[in-house]
Amino acid sequence: MGMPLMRKESTAMDAKPAPFDRLAAIVAGETVPPEIHSEVKAEEAILQVEGFNLWYGEKQALFDIGMPIPRGKVTALIGPSGCGKSTLLRSVNRMNDLIDTVRISGNMRIAGDEIYGKAVDVIELRRRMGMVFQKSNPFPMSIRENVVYALRINGERNRAVLDEVCEKALRGAALWDEVKDRLDESALGMSGGQQQRLCIARAIAAEPEMLLMDEPCSALDPIATSRVEELILELRGDYTVLIVTHNMQQASRVSDYTAFMYLGQVVEYGPTARLFTNPRLKETEDYITGRFG
Amino acid sequence: MLARGEPVVWLTGSGLVIGLLMVTVLVGYVFYQGLITFWPRPVVALTTPDGRTHLGEVTRTDTFIPPPDLIPGLTGALRERAEAQTAREEGALGRRLLRTGNFELTGEHFRWVEDYLIAEGGESRPEWALVFERTTWGRFYGFPTALVLGGEVVAEDPSRIWEMFQDHHGGDHPAGAVLRVRTASGEEKELDLTEIVRAYPANRLGFLDKVRVYASRWNEFLTAEPREANSEGGVFPAIFGTVVMTLAMTILVVPFGVMAALYLREYAKQGWLTSVVRISINNLAGVPSIVFGVFGLGFFCYIVGGGIDQVFFSDKLPSPTFGTGGIMWASLTLALLTLPVVIVATEEALAAVPTSMREGSFACGATRWQTIRRVVLPRALPGVMTGAILAMARGAGEVAPLMLVGAVKLAPDLPLDLEWPFMHPERSFMHLGFHIYDLGFQSQNSEAAKPMVFTTTLLLMGIVLFLNAAAIRLRSGLTRKYTGSKF
Repeated sequence: MGMPLMRKESTAMDAKPAPFDRLAAIVAGETVPPEIHSEVKAEEAILQVEGFNLWYGEKQALFDIGMPIPRGKVTALIGPSGCGKSTLLRSVNRMNDLIDTVRISGNMRIAGDEIYGKAVDVIELRRRMGMVFQKSNPFPMSIRENVVYALRINGERNRAVLDEVCEKALRGAALWDEVKDRLDESALGMSGGQQQRLCIARAIAAEPEMLLMDEPCSALDPIATSRVEELILELRGDYTVLIVTHNMQQASRVSDYTAFMYLGQVVEYGPTARLFTNPRLKETEDYITGRFG
Repeated sequence: MLARGEPVVWLTGSGLVIGLLMVTVLVGYVFYQGLITFWPRPVVALTTPDGRTHLGEVTRTDTFIPPPDLIPGLTGALRERAEAQTAREEGALGRRLLRTGNFELTGEHFRWVEDYLIAEGGESRPEWALVFERTTWGRFYGFPTALVLGGEVVAEDPSRIWEMFQDHHGGDHPAGAVLRVRTASGEEKELDLTEIVRAYPANRLGFLDKVRVYASRWNEFLTAEPREANSEGGVFPAIFGTVVMTLAMTILVVPFGVMAALYLREYAKQGWLTSVVRISINNLAGVPSIVFGVFGLGFFCYIVGGGIDQVFFSDKLPSPTFGTGGIMWASLTLALLTLPVVIVATEEALAAVPTSMREGSFACGATRWQTIRRVVLPRALPGVMTGAILAMARGAGEVAPLMLVGAVKLAPDLPLDLEWPFMHPERSFMHLGFHIYDLGFQSQNSEAAKPMVFTTTLLLMGIVLFLNAAAIRLRSGLTRKYTGSKF
């Protein structure tokens, strides 16, 4: 799908640099097919986004998004503010359902199962994914109860099971050694970085198929940030991570694949190393090198 | 200066100062009047030119402008004294209100005595003037002449009588124990020891004795039932009624208010309809409370209570059981009255729960109700408590609706007691607020009741303060638990 366009693009670039052609077209309201590298397509996808559009009231926020998310890898969504990366992320576990004015068309599939569809149980769907938010949001309860929240609401009462899950999740979030002696204290007494790792522990406690991270480090100091980044690298393989980030260095450090979005459309999507060192599109290079955005 | 905001600081500051001043003056006055009521005062004997002696406590001093023909009509020493005083007091004469008691002999409880009537040496504080508080007929002031036990005079000397009186007062005397007393005007009277609640020689009391009388009166006030048409004795049934009614109201109003606020904030689709409902709820808080009383009487007492009577207590009809004012109907009426306060406070508390917390819960796969129950409500609980505190303060001080739905002048039967079935929600009850109204405006012996108004007000303020302090303590515990960093 992207091939003829790319050829046209490259010929145009050969003749005369026209750096903002695609972006200008997007700004003008056209839907431009994304530049998706073949490496992405070669991977086994856990999540398939198919022709996905989303509107906030009258305003369209996502345009015909079609992209596979590879299983067991970290995929980063980058792009300037308001480009729709958070909206796309929140569409995966249907958090946008909570907003009355949102309409969508198209579909997504997780492991082959429809995400949007009349027969889909949203509660069941959300249990298949963990989500970490921009601002850490521990619940007003103990550290232990925070971690096992997803199991609790699922009706799990067996103390041994809960304790085991709690320890495993906290170890997974590299928090166990710091909090193992105060599991019954309030989660609100932890530091900001600890709280965010607690939220990660909470997200992975129910062993989700996917982990959605919405700028998980933007409210953290550099040390806490690096700890969370290390954690994401450790989670890779066991979990599929889809992460939205403003910080391009972070995307390059933690992700296997990166998608660059602009005004509700995916512009280029490929292996992170390629995208950051040798992007196919001039527009991506300009954004990554900070020439716009 | 304007740019730096100095005048605004002064303006806002003075607003606070005026508010504080008014509160301080009001509370200070109530405190002062309420606290001195029970302090024993000296008994004075005033002899007037007609040869009569009036014995009693000075409860008020006052000046008055004499009618124009009063002083010219006087003669001799009286005129001299009156003229000397008018010259000193710019045309006014002084007078004192004497609580003379002895109602069954004189037909009056109080008497004004003009100062000019009292000659030099006409005023004294007799050592053995005794003050009696009795179960009937109000106070008695007089001198002891004899103590009679079982028809036999056992003491005739005042100090001996007083000694033996203290030994025998409160004891059991099957053969009868009588104290013979003489009033200041020479009349003899026999007082049975069982009808004497308290007696003391007012002018012989040392400071510690006065403290003892004071403490004994407070003790009676707080723990006993009222006597003498509420103007004497205690207010225990009213304290009990107030506390039970307020707590019952709070227990009723909080779940209702929280449910309404939850639906309005969490479930209802926000739109013009919810706005109208919100405005209506706020306006409900402005409806005069007596209207709620009328509604409570009509709906709860007559319709609901009447219905209950028809079904369950038809054998007692036509005398109503539930079909009249009672503590349950009063609590429900006040719950209705304070509902807006709880709804508004709860709604605000719910709105203040961060969206991120809800989203976090939803993202874990929680349903809306699970999110509300486990995350939103615990977090909003301190705010709900604030609503309950405001409702309690409002409800405890409310009087007008209670008059219609169950508060009565005298109800010695408590709504909770040891008699099966222990709780009597249909019983009418006493309430401190209503008691204040009754003392101040309905009492036949209003001079005697007036000091009790202040004491009762002080007590009501104390109870509201206590209930609020308890609720605030509970709230700060919840705040620490659910929004703070420590359990």
